[in-house]
Amino acid sequence: MAETTITPEEEPPALALPFIFLGDHVLYILTDLGRMGIFLFSALVGIFRRPFRFRELLKQLNFIGAGSLAVIFFTALSSGMVLGLQGYYSLHKFGAEGMLGSAVSLTLIMELGPILTALMVTGRAGSAMCAEIGIMRISEQIDALECMAIDPFRYLISPKFLAALISVPLLTAVFDIVGIFGGYLAGVGLMGVNSGSFLSGMQQSVTNHDIRLGVIKSIVFALLLVWICAGRGYLVQQIRGAGFGAESVSRVTTQAVVLSSISVLIFDYLLTAVLL
Amino acid sequence: MTPSTPENTPDIAIEFDRVSKSFGQRNKKHRVLNEISFTIPRGLTTVIAGGSGQGKSVTLKLILGLLYPDSGRVLVDGINVPSLNKRELLKLRTRFGVLFQGSALFDSLTVFENIALPLRERTKMSEDEIRSRVMATLDQLELSGHEDKFPAQLSGGMKKRVGLARALQLEPEIVLFDEPTTGLDPVMTREIYQLFDSMQKRLGYTAVIVSHDIPGVFDIADQIILLNKGEVDVFTDVNEIIHSTKPYIREFAEMTMGDLFTRPEKEKCH
Amino acid sequence: MSLMKHTRLEFIVGVFLVLGLLSFGWLALNLGEVPWLSSSHRYIIYAEFDNISGVKSGADVQVAGVVVGKVGNITLTEDDLARAALQVDKSLAIPVDSIASVKSQGIIGDKFIQLTLGGDDELYKPGATITDTESSVDLESLISKFAFGKVK
Repeated sequence: MAETTITPEEEPPALALPFIFLGDHVLYILTDLGRMGIFLFSALVGIFRRPFRFRELLKQLNFIGAGSLAVIFFTALSSGMVLGLQGYYSLHKFGAEGMLGSAVSLTLIMELGPILTALMVTGRAGSAMCAEIGIMRISEQIDALECMAIDPFRYLISPKFLAALISVPLLTAVFDIVGIFGGYLAGVGLMGVNSGSFLSGMQQSVTNHDIRLGVIKSIVFALLLVWICAGRGYLVQQIRGAGFGAESVSRVTTQAVVLSSISVLIFDYLLTAVLL
Repeated sequence: MTPSTPENTPDIAIEFDRVSKSFGQRNKKHRVLNEISFTIPRGLTTVIAGGSGQGKSVTLKLILGLLYPDSGRVLVDGINVPSLNKRELLKLRTRFGVLFQGSALFDSLTVFENIALPLRERTKMSEDEIRSRVMATLDQLELSGHEDKFPAQLSGGMKKRVGLARALQLEPEIVLFDEPTTGLDPVMTREIYQLFDSMQKRLGYTAVIVSHDIPGVFDIADQIILLNKGEVDVFTDVNEIIHSTKPYIREFAEMTMGDLFTRPEKEKCH
Repeated sequence: MSLMKHTRLEFIVGVFLVLGLLSFGWLALNLGEVPWLSSSHRYIIYAEFDNISGVKSGADVQVAGVVVGKVGNITLTEDDLARAALQVDKSLAIPVDSIASVKSQGIIGDKFIQLTLGGDDELYKPGATITDTESSVDLESLISKFAFGKVK
């Protein structure tokens, strides 16, 4: 962007400077939020625009969903096993090992499954998504799309949204199952908890409401992570302090991953508080 | 939409009418364009030149409606671009072809897919028609045999040619070139210019080339628009620049075209 | 080659979707209660109580300590009685002289519905209403009776 001619402007009084700085910052934050809001709206509308890019959706499902299976599997197995062990030691003190199945499955379905899946997908697919879109932005590929009168949302962004909204809940379900299996492995296999009491405890304590809460959480997290990661990449040139070129993309990607992880954790609390 | 202005004769493709544009925050505002006005004739090649940071790319983005001016009108065929809504803007853009600075080829698509993209997305052509059309373009631009390569595997000059091929697929009336020779060596630069010239002559589109490659790009220019410190000067010949009496143009000419007099005469083809 | 690549992508995505949906299905079927699926091996029978305080939707229905079903919706009838829908296993036959009672697991445990099956040859049909019921024991009034010595 070209900038040379500086228009002369009056120097503001020194006392006003903090207010100018503050006001400027508030204005920027509101503008930024507004841009993100418009981005979210356009991306959601883009899902329903025709022609639908089915192949791109498949590619994104492959990348976000199928590609994350291995990460999800190992994360779920290890956290499930840890839950099984920890739960056993805590419950053993009260002679309540029979509650292990219920404790492990409820923790996984309502909290750990949705959260860890969202964090893993953010780290794996969200960062890549942000960098990809950011690079397309700075190398003018998105401008090129617009100049060919191709809606970049329908073409590029919305398939990612749809793929994330489909993939993350399914990955969460896989996480839950593998995690419960891990808990079973640790509790029943290693610690010798009665298999029947583990399974029946699990079946009796988990209700539709718990599963619904998990599903709602995973859908909200999916939307959050794809919104923040894709949106930050898309707006890379409008983010203050991001710099230029390749550096701006790397900064914005880091920022997007941090922001989306924090939002997932905050929204987890909010959703639990509202829906539990 | 704004009605045509009286001076908007049919042979004018694009007109800037007292356009201003600034960037930056309130206490350090940079005025890039200061009430500039010029016209770009239809069917000819116009070069928008100027040092770096003089607002050349900004003018292109204003024409495409990717940026909005702070004041003034940008007219394309008498239509005021900033006043268009999103749909009208998309419709207008179908009449443009754009070759971006970095070619802006899609990294994840092959050369063939890149060139076929506008046809696939914007037309109802069958895959066979698209194939034969893209192959013909590839042939014209001496790119045959490279259709299955990815942009990352191409040289800078080839990328530009693929970019041009893509820009020309929808038979645009106006083709915009943003710094088309950035990163190319002098030999490649000359080849690319010759290619631009021959394609423009063959297809008769209005070409607008933004470049800081002075004076090389002047060889193919029918009109030169010089942007400097927010002001604009229009020339139809390089000699006018050299013989200009305005001090900043003289300064600019000496800085950028010191070697013009020593250059062989054959390069001035028209 | 290109076809291979394409079908490969579809295959992988297909595997992912099937895996995800199966996991989800397992969660829903095994752990949750899917009414339109579980109703296939259960039938609904109603029971009307004077007082059903403490029994929640989803509570167990037991016969001789064995869980045979769950409590569905609980509504108030026109006669101001509490009407509970009991989803019980199809294999369970309930004679018409059976009694439904509200019981607790221990003194502070969860409330559940206990069915005491009768010996009649005639059986309740699905959708019928059990009127022979024992309501919740009101612990507080019981304690106060003890406290004020009104127990006979």
